[in-house]
Amino acid sequence: MFWLEESPHFGELNFPEDLPIEHPSDGHRRSDLEESGSLCGAWKGKGIMDDTCLEDREMIREFLVESYENLARLDQDLVELERHPLDANLLGSIFRTIHTIKGACGFLAFTTLEGITHQAESLLSQLRDGKRELNPGLVSLILETVDATRKVLGSIEASGAEGSLQFGDLTNRLRVEAEAIHDDESGSAPDQVANAATNDPEAEAGGNSDQSQLAQEELPKIEKRSGERRGGDRREDEGVPHSAAVDSNIRVGVGLLDKLMDLVGELVLTRNQILQFNTEREDPALNATSQRLNLITTELQEGVMKTRMQPIGVVWNKLPRVVRDISVGLGKQIQLHMDGAETELDRTIIEAIKDPLMHLVRNSCDHGVESPEVRMRAGKPPQGVLTLRAYHEGGQVNIEVGDDGAGIDVARVKQKAIERGILRPEQAEKLGDREALSLIFEPGFSTAQTVTNISGRGVGMDVVKSHIEKIGGVVDLYSRPGEGATVKIRIPLTLAIIPGLVIISGGERFVIPQVSLLELIRLEGDSAGKHIEYVHGTPVYRRRGSLLPITYLNQVLGLKSTVGAEAVNMVVLQAEDRQFGLVVDGIYDTQEIVVKPLGKQLKGLTLYAGATIMGDGRVALILDVLGIGQRSGVFGELRESARVVDKQKAQSTMEQQRLLLFRSGSFDRLAVPLSLVARLEEFPQSAIEHAGGGQVVQYRERILPLVSLRAVLESGASDEGMAADPVQVVVFNDGDISVGMVVDQILDVAEEAVTVRQKSGRKGLLGSAVVGKRVTDFLDLNLVLRESKQAWSAGADEHARGKTVLVADTSAFSRGMIRGGLDMAGYSVVEAANLDEVMRKLEQQTVDVIVTALELPPNGSSSLLTALRARPELRRIPILALVDSFDPVRISAAQTAGFEDCQAKFDGLLVLESVARLVSPKAVVEATAECVGCAVEVR
Amino acid sequence: MANDMTATKSMATHTSGQFSTFFVADLFFGVDVLHVQEVLRSQHMTPVPQAPEVIEGLINLRGQIVTAIDMRRRLLLPPNTADQASMNMVVRTADGAVSLLVDEIGDVLDMDVSTYEQPPENLAPAARDLIRGVYKLKDRLLLVLDEERTVDLTVGRVA
Repeated sequence: MFWLEESPHFGELNFPEDLPIEHPSDGHRRSDLEESGSLCGAWKGKGIMDDTCLEDREMIREFLVESYENLARLDQDLVELERHPLDANLLGSIFRTIHTIKGACGFLAFTTLEGITHQAESLLSQLRDGKRELNPGLVSLILETVDATRKVLGSIEASGAEGSLQFGDLTNRLRVEAEAIHDDESGSAPDQVANAATNDPEAEAGGNSDQSQLAQEELPKIEKRSGERRGGDRREDEGVPHSAAVDSNIRVGVGLLDKLMDLVGELVLTRNQILQFNTEREDPALNATSQRLNLITTELQEGVMKTRMQPIGVVWNKLPRVVRDISVGLGKQIQLHMDGAETELDRTIIEAIKDPLMHLVRNSCDHGVESPEVRMRAGKPPQGVLTLRAYHEGGQVNIEVGDDGAGIDVARVKQKAIERGILRPEQAEKLGDREALSLIFEPGFSTAQTVTNISGRGVGMDVVKSHIEKIGGVVDLYSRPGEGATVKIRIPLTLAIIPGLVIISGGERFVIPQVSLLELIRLEGDSAGKHIEYVHGTPVYRRRGSLLPITYLNQVLGLKSTVGAEAVNMVVLQAEDRQFGLVVDGIYDTQEIVVKPLGKQLKGLTLYAGATIMGDGRVALILDVLGIGQRSGVFGELRESARVVDKQKAQSTMEQQRLLLFRSGSFDRLAVPLSLVARLEEFPQSAIEHAGGGQVVQYRERILPLVSLRAVLESGASDEGMAADPVQVVVFNDGDISVGMVVDQILDVAEEAVTVRQKSGRKGLLGSAVVGKRVTDFLDLNLVLRESKQAWSAGADEHARGKTVLVADTSAFSRGMIRGGLDMAGYSVVEAANLDEVMRKLEQQTVDVIVTALELPPNGSSSLLTALRARPELRRIPILALVDSFDPVRISAAQTAGFEDCQAKFDGLLVLESVARLVSPKAVVEATAECVGCAVEVR
Repeated sequence: MANDMTATKSMATHTSGQFSTFFVADLFFGVDVLHVQEVLRSQHMTPVPQAPEVIEGLINLRGQIVTAIDMRRRLLLPPNTADQASMNMVVRTADGAVSLLVDEIGDVLDMDVSTYEQPPENLAPAARDLIRGVYKLKDRLLLVLDEERTVDLTVGRVA
């Protein structure tokens, strides 16, 4: 009905956003006539344009585009020149570039810029004529000029005027430098400097603004020269190819290319549609035609894709300058090797990798390559080498940033991770080198000894990784100690058209990006039910021996399943190093899909990455694998990730421990500390015998009494756990005495930061806490053990009998956990929550050992120490301090502070051993021996 | 071009001009003609699970994916019981095209500024947020819909 071409926002066009002059590396876009009309108005408004503004504007645009191109080359040429100071060709080329800019400035009446470039030109002409030697200071000065020129160009681009910056200081320094030589040679006055420069035959033409007529004639000539230079240059330094010959190239607007890409996307979809249509009917003519269409479309798609490709060199071009600046700044010698600068990538990807790449290069220069002295000592040449490599491999682009520096010290990475709370010491020991290296990508990680202004501010590698992953890429880190480190990035060629797997769920089609896909699993018939197991209601699948958490797409999306249960189709997906299985109703095939964004109304939904149009013209949603994983809770349900722990570390009351999770009767989720558990066993019903009124099994040539947890917790309940075959038994062990606790089902071992907790009034439970995002009851083992027909106290350790331990901790939960172990060992235990309570309890009864948390309210445990030492009768009570996690530094600090011993809070065995030692020095040997026995059995 | 410019200017005041009209239940709405891209019959709709409930789904508009908002749900009105399928009124907004699902499409009407009034204060909140003003026609009232606020789901009760 309505079809209006004009944008309703037309009247609001404003100038700076709509003058689309882009740097050559970003492509060049021409606005259409309509826009330029309005631009004219805007420029007029600024009072800088007359009626011929269109022509002028066009000319200025040309000037800007060309100047940017020239400047990009200048950076490279200058760095090159520093290496080969006597290269006359190079010098000539630099001189001409500056001269071209100066000439155009004169013509266009950009006086500030003309002033700067004029002085630089004077310097350069002296260099070229051999009147002076090149030195690093001079190169820096010229590079500074290039930067200033860029700033002014930026201002011209934004506002049409040169802006307020005058660069007086820079101009002066340039002049002084240029005059220095004149003073030496002829002693000519400063005024003559300009003349000296303009006397140069080449410079004469464009030199003065009042000679603009001349300049205009001269311009094409200069342009031609620089064109020739470009052609000639190519032969000289093949490593860094410049843009190809001017004649065979035309500039095309990026907007046009984007539109072409969109159209090709449409064509791809239509092609898919025709192909689908073709398979439905047997028409040889249609078949032949559609095959041809297929081929042509594919070729066209590749062709158009290629037009959007840019060599990675456009990003790399900036790097020689960056590396030079850094190495000068740090006093290092770094040589940059670039290999594969011609490797092409889609421009959207080029944009996306710009910053990460820059960061990696800075990182390598700063942390990787050592200073010349260190290198010499290590027997390496003083000059470090930074290598950039880019190449295509398997439809992807690989980019490597490598250095021949010291490599990455894995031990230091681990130590740092422990300091930063990313890792616990016992985890660190088990970590392989490769895994340890990947810690560098954790947020907030930096191994730099000192923070420099170049890198090492703690933001960095994690940002690099997230940037690369955002465009579907992968980052790997390789390190050879003493030989260097290499970061390898693998990224897709393009983002616009990606391969995806079409699946069906709840009667709707969805697309899963191929990059997230690991494998497809189909479970048929009986095996369907058998292979998916439930860990406390959470489905898991045994995939080649390891458990894969599973989620159902129907449930995540709130859709009804449309297929029966005779077969299960599962898609194994990976997002951020984590894998999970997604059960879907059906799996179709893979297709090339065109990714289209969703409207703002749907942006908040993390479940979708976008949408695409299928062969039948209908829309299908593209699933965001990470979003699906997070929404369904498959991440972090069974096992916490280092990242989650990291976050929870921030909470001061956090307590880390390994918990055994199991189910019994109406208690869906019970936990005991794993440190108290000796073994998990399964016994067949036939092995259960009755003895002494209780049930026992023969176990390791002993009699193991069994206690049904269900009977203990829910008196009078029917004992199903006991009836199961085989029965699931948790074996607790202490010296010669063992007891088996019968539970319905073992769920999992969780290594968990227990954050939320609530004291329970219920018999047999210590309280509840959230483990793996679910409320879990903590079992009071004491009760279970009392229920066992064995008299525990009779078998308890001799040294523990009659001894009283005071447990001081502000957390009732922690006290419960600590006392659990002590109770079992036969100590009598009293609890106290704070210093006042401790003192009160001490007055009421004799205490043999105090076990206290290091952070005891109100002022920490050191105040307890002071209070005790002030009382002669209490002075002799040994104190065991407990820290939250095993940290050698804190432990030794605590020991020197006057505590008799210090242990990690939830390391049950070590705490027990320590208490035993403190109770009676002679019991030490015995206790240690027992604990060793326990430890062996636990494993 | 000049005419368009004036039209664009006058649009900014939203008090007169041409309106493309439509019905949602018994309400008679108008959207500035210049903000309407096109009107389509019922299209195949791809539902978006877990999306806000006012979103009916996505349609393919010549290769562009357009979100469709059910106007009845947006205005907290009961669902349409008539057999007639909803019409898509595709409006241009700052964030691209969005389709509004309405019961029926009316004519394009020229409005006289003298008949314009602010929306009544006692209008139901769900509607008041989305209505700019009212034109008093002879036999009925034309409610001027603020399409930008309509497609912004943070306006009104929908989150």
